[in-house]
Amino acid sequence: MQDLGIKVLFMGNNFIRLLEGLWITIKISLIAVAISIVLGILLGMVMTLKNPVTKTVTRVYLEFVRIMPQLVLLFIVYFGATKAFGWNLSGQLSAVIVFAFWGTAEMGDLVRGALISIPKHQYESGEAIGLTKAQVYMYIIMPQALRRLIPLSINLATRMIKTTSLIVLIGVVEVLKVGQQIIEANRYTVPNAALWIYGTIFFMYFFTCWPVSLVASWLEKRWEN
Amino acid sequence: MYAEAAKLTLGIGLIGILFSVVTGLFCVLVQHYRVPVLRQIAAVYKELSRNTPLLVQLFFLYFGLPKIGIIISSEACAVIGLSFLGGSYMAEAFRSGLEAIDKIQVESGLSIGLTHMQVMRYVILPQALSISIPALCANVIFLIKETSVFSAVALADLMYVAKDLIGLYYKTDEALLMLVIAYLILLLPVSIFASWLERRLRYAGFGN
Amino acid sequence: MNDNEKLLEIHKLYKDYGNGPILKGISLDISKGEVVVVIGPSGCGKSTLLRCMNGLEPIQSGEILLDGNAITGKKTKWSEIRQKIGMVFQSYDLFPHMTVIDNILLGPLKAQKRNRAEAEKEAEVLLDRIGLLDKKNSYPRQLSGGQKQRVAIVRALMMKPEIMLFDEVTAALDPEMVREVLDVMLELAKNGSTMVIVTHEMEFAKAVADRVVFLDRGEIVEMDSPQEFFTAPKTERAQKFLNTFTFEIEK
Repeated sequence: MQDLGIKVLFMGNNFIRLLEGLWITIKISLIAVAISIVLGILLGMVMTLKNPVTKTVTRVYLEFVRIMPQLVLLFIVYFGATKAFGWNLSGQLSAVIVFAFWGTAEMGDLVRGALISIPKHQYESGEAIGLTKAQVYMYIIMPQALRRLIPLSINLATRMIKTTSLIVLIGVVEVLKVGQQIIEANRYTVPNAALWIYGTIFFMYFFTCWPVSLVASWLEKRWEN
Repeated sequence: MYAEAAKLTLGIGLIGILFSVVTGLFCVLVQHYRVPVLRQIAAVYKELSRNTPLLVQLFFLYFGLPKIGIIISSEACAVIGLSFLGGSYMAEAFRSGLEAIDKIQVESGLSIGLTHMQVMRYVILPQALSISIPALCANVIFLIKETSVFSAVALADLMYVAKDLIGLYYKTDEALLMLVIAYLILLLPVSIFASWLERRLRYAGFGN
Repeated sequence: MNDNEKLLEIHKLYKDYGNGPILKGISLDISKGEVVVVIGPSGCGKSTLLRCMNGLEPIQSGEILLDGNAITGKKTKWSEIRQKIGMVFQSYDLFPHMTVIDNILLGPLKAQKRNRAEAEKEAEVLLDRIGLLDKKNSYPRQLSGGQKQRVAIVRALMMKPEIMLFDEVTAALDPEMVREVLDVMLELAKNGSTMVIVTHEMEFAKAVADRVVFLDRGEIVEMDSPQEFFTAPKTERAQKFLNTFTFEIEK
């Protein structure tokens, strides 16, 4: 029985197809991560402003994103946008929009945290030796904030890669969907294909995210002080 | 329909969270006390759990395992999946709490004649827990959110009902709106409670 | 002082953290009612010595005896021994999640299983003596550093220890609070408590000590009465060490 099952992985180009599916997942996450980093840094700086309006708006944005499941957001964009505006967004585009929307909020919060973690006297002593505000940010604040930020944002990236698995539910053909297709195709010849395919996908995700997590925790330890 | 589904979402969420807390405590304690074998198992489990998506875990449990004769109902599947995922997150939260306690606290507990167990119970755990609370609350919200994935294994939760409505009746607007409202009702109170608790703890700030 | 009544005996104590010895064969006897002050430059091993006496550090060789019984064996029930050896640390080590009274009662109630009402009464007497009875229900964060250290002393006293160890208890305090803590210790000395005190306060050492032990690089270099030690130190190392303080005073 079990010998039969594992064969399905190597029949034809099944394994390659799974890897291609995985690539779709990773590609979408990477695009979303890139957008999130850029927008998140801006958002984070806005969040440190003392302005009550920006404070409230960013807070509501963050809170909403934190509370809404990503799947719900996906549904809203994928089905809702079609219905409300008549846009026919592809699944992949919806996914990028949703993950960037979510990632920007989370990233913004990380940036805010990193910025306010730098003690005030760091700004003051920078200005005391005659640096301009921009120079203070450039040479004193940013290098310190980045050390805090990089491990955390790598972790956020792995969370986004993992969450991308949800896009199968709005019909994007990615690794899980490919898996389902393979299982369907071999329904009669290899009845226990599901075990092997889903097991393989499980470890594909694991070996994608694990090394990244290891790098993050290594950096975190290294930069602890 | 939504009320029923919300109850299911919440019910499974709560049971899953409970098991997550138990799993998390177990992991953190075997690692803290360096219990051989169990400690390594906990480490491997944490990595597996943290680096794989819940959806994939669920598919494996629900569609994969029956092929070798292990058939799990979708409810059980959901609870197992959520606990498997949540355990490592809870363990992380507890660990950061434990690590935040100064060694001097342990030593001064010992120096007044308490045993190691008593120091853990009266000195370390109460402090560690209160430090962990913000992270624990964030995990609770995170896990309840994750339950939205259960619809994929045929559990009639909130997502599932919404999908049904869209698919069968084309009531997309109502379905989506209700979905958002349902999650807001479920999670906004938790979130507000969490930030209230966090503020309170910060005011009570144990810090010397 | 009765030399026959040895309360605590240390024989040839060796301690090594793994990168060179910290204590190189310390031998020291402490009699009942005696106040021994340990001084020496930082890093000389004086804190380590106290920590070994309370079982907080494993030792490589040597022996410590309390009332004639070895307490350095593998089988030592430290939780019982520590009830007889009280210790106060440098940093404010009160439990931040408990009120002053709960801090003080934790040991008596949990380690000694004493009756709460009776222990509380005793605690109140002690708190009154250090002038902090009104802080009974405060949390440690509401106290000043000096108040915290005084409470920490009471917490240790509640166990009715046979000997008290003080590890630089005033080192982390603001100067104006040092006095109130030292006064409590002087009072204890007057009442005949047995104490081992590690300190940098030389005037206090002069006033409180029956015997001064000068520790340097892991060994006892000189041991004498305070009068002898502070006015006529015999070794060059001790002279040098004391000079660093006079220099500060002249400045």
